[in-house]
Amino acid sequence: MIITINETPKIVIKNVYYTYANGTTALKNINLSVNEGELIGIMGMNGAGKTTLIRTLNGLIRPQKGNVYINGENIKSKNVGKLSKTVGIIFQNPNHQLFSNSVEDEIKFSLKNLNLSKSEVQGKTEMVLNTFNLGKYKERSPLTLSGGETKKLALASIVCRDPDILVFDEPTLGQDAKEIEFFTDLIKNEIKKRKTIVIVTHNIEFAIENVPRIILMANGEIIADGPTEELLTKEFLINKCSLVLPQITKFNTALNSIGIKCPKDIRFKNDMIIFLENYLQNKKVST
Amino acid sequence: MPDSIIKYNNFYFRYKKNPNYQLENINLEINKNKFILLAGETGSGKTTLIKSMNGLIPQFYAGFYKGNVIVNGKDTVETPISELSTEIGIVFQNPENQLISLDVEHEIAFGLENIGVPKEIMEKRIKECVKVTEIEHLLDKAPFELSGGEQQRVAIASILALEPKVLIMDEPTALLDPYMAQKIINLLKKIQLDQKITIIISEHRLDLIMPFVDEIILINEGKIIEHDLKENVINGNNFDKIHINKPLIYSIARRLKEKNLYKDKIPASIPEAMEFFEKWV
Repeated sequence: MIITINETPKIVIKNVYYTYANGTTALKNINLSVNEGELIGIMGMNGAGKTTLIRTLNGLIRPQKGNVYINGENIKSKNVGKLSKTVGIIFQNPNHQLFSNSVEDEIKFSLKNLNLSKSEVQGKTEMVLNTFNLGKYKERSPLTLSGGETKKLALASIVCRDPDILVFDEPTLGQDAKEIEFFTDLIKNEIKKRKTIVIVTHNIEFAIENVPRIILMANGEIIADGPTEELLTKEFLINKCSLVLPQITKFNTALNSIGIKCPKDIRFKNDMIIFLENYLQNKKVST
Repeated sequence: MPDSIIKYNNFYFRYKKNPNYQLENINLEINKNKFILLAGETGSGKTTLIKSMNGLIPQFYAGFYKGNVIVNGKDTVETPISELSTEIGIVFQNPENQLISLDVEHEIAFGLENIGVPKEIMEKRIKECVKVTEIEHLLDKAPFELSGGEQQRVAIASILALEPKVLIMDEPTALLDPYMAQKIINLLKKIQLDQKITIIISEHRLDLIMPFVDEIILINEGKIIEHDLKENVINGNNFDKIHINKPLIYSIARRLKEKNLYKDKIPASIPEAMEFFEKWV
């Protein structure tokens, strides 16, 4: 029996170049392929081209050279409105994408053009407001919300449209632990639904715990693409991208330097706790 | 108390259109020459508290207040903001919003001109603060063409030129990449020690900042729930309860301590933790 697997990647970027009107080259020969259900992170120093790159995914930025394919189709001649049903981008500054008079209207506006009936829109709006714990603010103006809540509303307004591809620009910025946990659960859930997720982030601790594959960018180019724990523990890459080593790696190195043989591949906080629990228990027993 | 620079006495504040108080019964004393972390969940009142430290609240924000805030003996309600700005300098999260001049030198001179500092003193102060913030090579550049980290340093320099006794930074590294964030934090600690000023930082990246902190102020739902030395706060119960991004080493040591495996005080940084683990090699 022959099993055919649809192997068309969800996102393909081929030889993409982009130069801004002021002469700054933001993207140089970008090649990238992301499969359905994949979660990737894009990291790099300020000005490396990360935000420009994600803007090519829904046509906000049209490359001067090269092509972007979404679901196997070249998006060159597709308009941003249509593309945004497939590719939802949540920008770094949520204020740039919120403009309704109330939190409830913001969600309703997002659900427009999806061919839903009035009652379906109402039902879905209420469900989304509940899921995102925004129900209590539904009559308030988005402008009066705190930074964290505004970010949540921007998130809700895109996720409620159920796009196949979700793109987040610095989603954990200015967020406290509870909000980051909420976001982490949200992306895990979306991945279960076979959504494809791209996250631009400076948050190394978040990336090492939650993102399996990382793209590192410097000066408009992709300089590395691979498993997170492999890339984020290589000092020359870290330095080139203006990052710092994850705390877990620094701690691991410190433990080994004093003679505690901690396995080098420990990447998650919980695994480190288990290792140290066992280590200290054994030491206690033997002393 | 001679060391005190800011003192809150039963201070309350709420914005005009909001029925709830954003700051409730604040009693807080900030001393000279300290590096202080202001920590709390989003929406806990950090930025509102910061704005009340130099009179922006209640002078510029419509709302209701009770109690008072005394800065170096001056009541923040009665003292002009321009006068308070020589005591308390604030750098906000996005430096772009506070950079207005056409080149960096004028940017730093702007605040000094406004408070009428004589030219020769102005030149001396500009020279000093660009050296401290390592931006000597940027003086002729336009602020808008600088990188985020450079803009942040220009914003710090323009505030330092006013020689404030307290420098407040509202999430200074939020928009910076991790390397630049670390560099700015290191620079701030150096400035605090060299200039003997107090720096108050509201910051989400506790991993980066914790090694430098002397004291922590914990704020929750508009109330100060703890203000003490760093080690007392992180070994207390409140720090664990509030949902802030705790340093990795804190979370690990706390879990081990719950299981009776970690006997020392909970560390705030990796070097501190190593003192414990060295005993168990």
